[in-house]
Amino acid sequence: MALFLLLMGSGVMALPFVWMVLTSVKPFPEIFELRLLPRELTWENYRIVLEETGFLRWFGNSLLVATLTTLSVLFFDSLTGYTLARMRFPGKQVIFVLILSTLMVPTEMLVIPWYVMSAERGWINTYWGLLFPGLITAFGVFLMRQFFETLPQDLFDAGRIDGLSEFGIFWRIGLPLVRPALAALGIFTFLGNWNAFLWPLIVVQTPEMRTLPVGIALFSGEAGTAWNLIMAASSLAVLPVLLVFFFFQRQIIEGVVLTGLKG
Amino acid sequence: MRLRLSQREALWAFAFLVIPLAFFLYFRILPAFQALWLSFYQWHTDPSQRNFVGLEHYARLLDDPLLQRALWNTLLYTLLGVPAQIGLGLSLALLLRAVPWGRELFRAIYFAPYITPAVAVAWVWSWMLSPHFGLVNELLSLLGIPPQPFLQSPAQALPTVTGVVVWQNLGFQIVLFLAGLESIPRQYYEAARIDGAEGFQLFRYITWPLLNPVLVFSVVIGTIGYLQLFTQVVNLNFTDQGGPLNSTLTLALYIYQLAFLRFQLGYAAAVTVLLFAIILFITLLQLKILTRRVEL
Repeated sequence: MALFLLLMGSGVMALPFVWMVLTSVKPFPEIFELRLLPRELTWENYRIVLEETGFLRWFGNSLLVATLTTLSVLFFDSLTGYTLARMRFPGKQVIFVLILSTLMVPTEMLVIPWYVMSAERGWINTYWGLLFPGLITAFGVFLMRQFFETLPQDLFDAGRIDGLSEFGIFWRIGLPLVRPALAALGIFTFLGNWNAFLWPLIVVQTPEMRTLPVGIALFSGEAGTAWNLIMAASSLAVLPVLLVFFFFQRQIIEGVVLTGLKG
Repeated sequence: MRLRLSQREALWAFAFLVIPLAFFLYFRILPAFQALWLSFYQWHTDPSQRNFVGLEHYARLLDDPLLQRALWNTLLYTLLGVPAQIGLGLSLALLLRAVPWGRELFRAIYFAPYITPAVAVAWVWSWMLSPHFGLVNELLSLLGIPPQPFLQSPAQALPTVTGVVVWQNLGFQIVLFLAGLESIPRQYYEAARIDGAEGFQLFRYITWPLLNPVLVFSVVIGTIGYLQLFTQVVNLNFTDQGGPLNSTLTLALYIYQLAFLRFQLGYAAAVTVLLFAIILFITLLQLKILTRRVEL
């Protein structure tokens, strides 16, 4: 019984993906026929999406923005989390609360000043404009701090005795010990930025600067009823995410658990 | 010597924190205050012509029918979506624990939509929900149900959007609940069984109360998520953003429209302040409920 219900549920969960892929390999007239399997299999839709739209460029933009943001987040969030967890200095608690309090501010509130700021400084429609809001995250700082706090002090003292610099202690002793947390944070940051829509929609103006979500959203608006093209573009956008998911499933699930139960 | 060591450590700490602190002050805290500041001004691209209007925008909030629509819709999304995703998530998590095999595979299938780009999800669903060529209506007709307008009807659009969002969030809920269930010690169930409890009683007196922190977290995170609903709403009704007769308009979408389509940045900022106030209230409420639980 449980198995039957779960199978039914899986059907509902997987149906949109299946339908998307099946529609994407059908020639245009066939997509309105509602046959499950295509009568005639075609790669034409993919060819059009890849060759005649800005798809590859948008894909590259997303890859660039998500990768750079993730690297920055991993470095700065772990350094900040480490400092707040393991180093002694005046004002530590105040700084921590200050950073944490920013979690309550909704993005909608920030995008308006970010837009004004970007307009005044010429960041609109630039990679820097796309990047800057996400370079360091309060959530990641919090997560990393929690992890660094659980490590035994002896390890760090040993590093000090061996004559490592403060940065050396963080880099050579701290970081390797929190690798699982780094993996979870990295994957979530990457996916979050890969899927981001609101800010890129605001800061991007020309088709060349679109990220993938903005690209397919506006492309579908322009493509109108060319559902086979839209489905091909969507399939191509979903593919890397699902690949990342199947390779890093364990870390992703652990990440959700961390955010939910310790957050 | 000891003092100098601690001073050295403090200096290093500040050196590590310079960039992150500057970032948070400049890109998070300052903009939050700028939004507040903007909400008292009439927006103009030329800074010298931004006139102070005091509380005028806030007065306008009180009788803006579109804002009320957006608020009302947002409330509806939350009331429909949060219980639905929690109820389904918990049921599926319990089912998953009952099956002997394939747990990981099922979990992966349910989780996949959560990390899929919302834009792509929205487009696939709006294609499947299309009244004339949509797969969903085709499937309904197999059950003898007449075609439904879904996203194109003012009455059905909002519940339909909610359904898509619940579909997308379900995996997240399931994983959270699975972890929560995992953390309940087995001895509790064994002890209760010895005392004669069974079936639903076990759920009612052990699972449910011990799952409480996860539930509170899910309600709060879910609510905040629905308060910020944007991408799905925009893309499910792309040509008719906000849905037929604004039936799917959300606060976040209204803010976007005001600020970036009508360039009323001052008034839009006032709406964001309202949104911030609501989120602050919910977060504080969560803290209060959770700390009270711990004290008990």
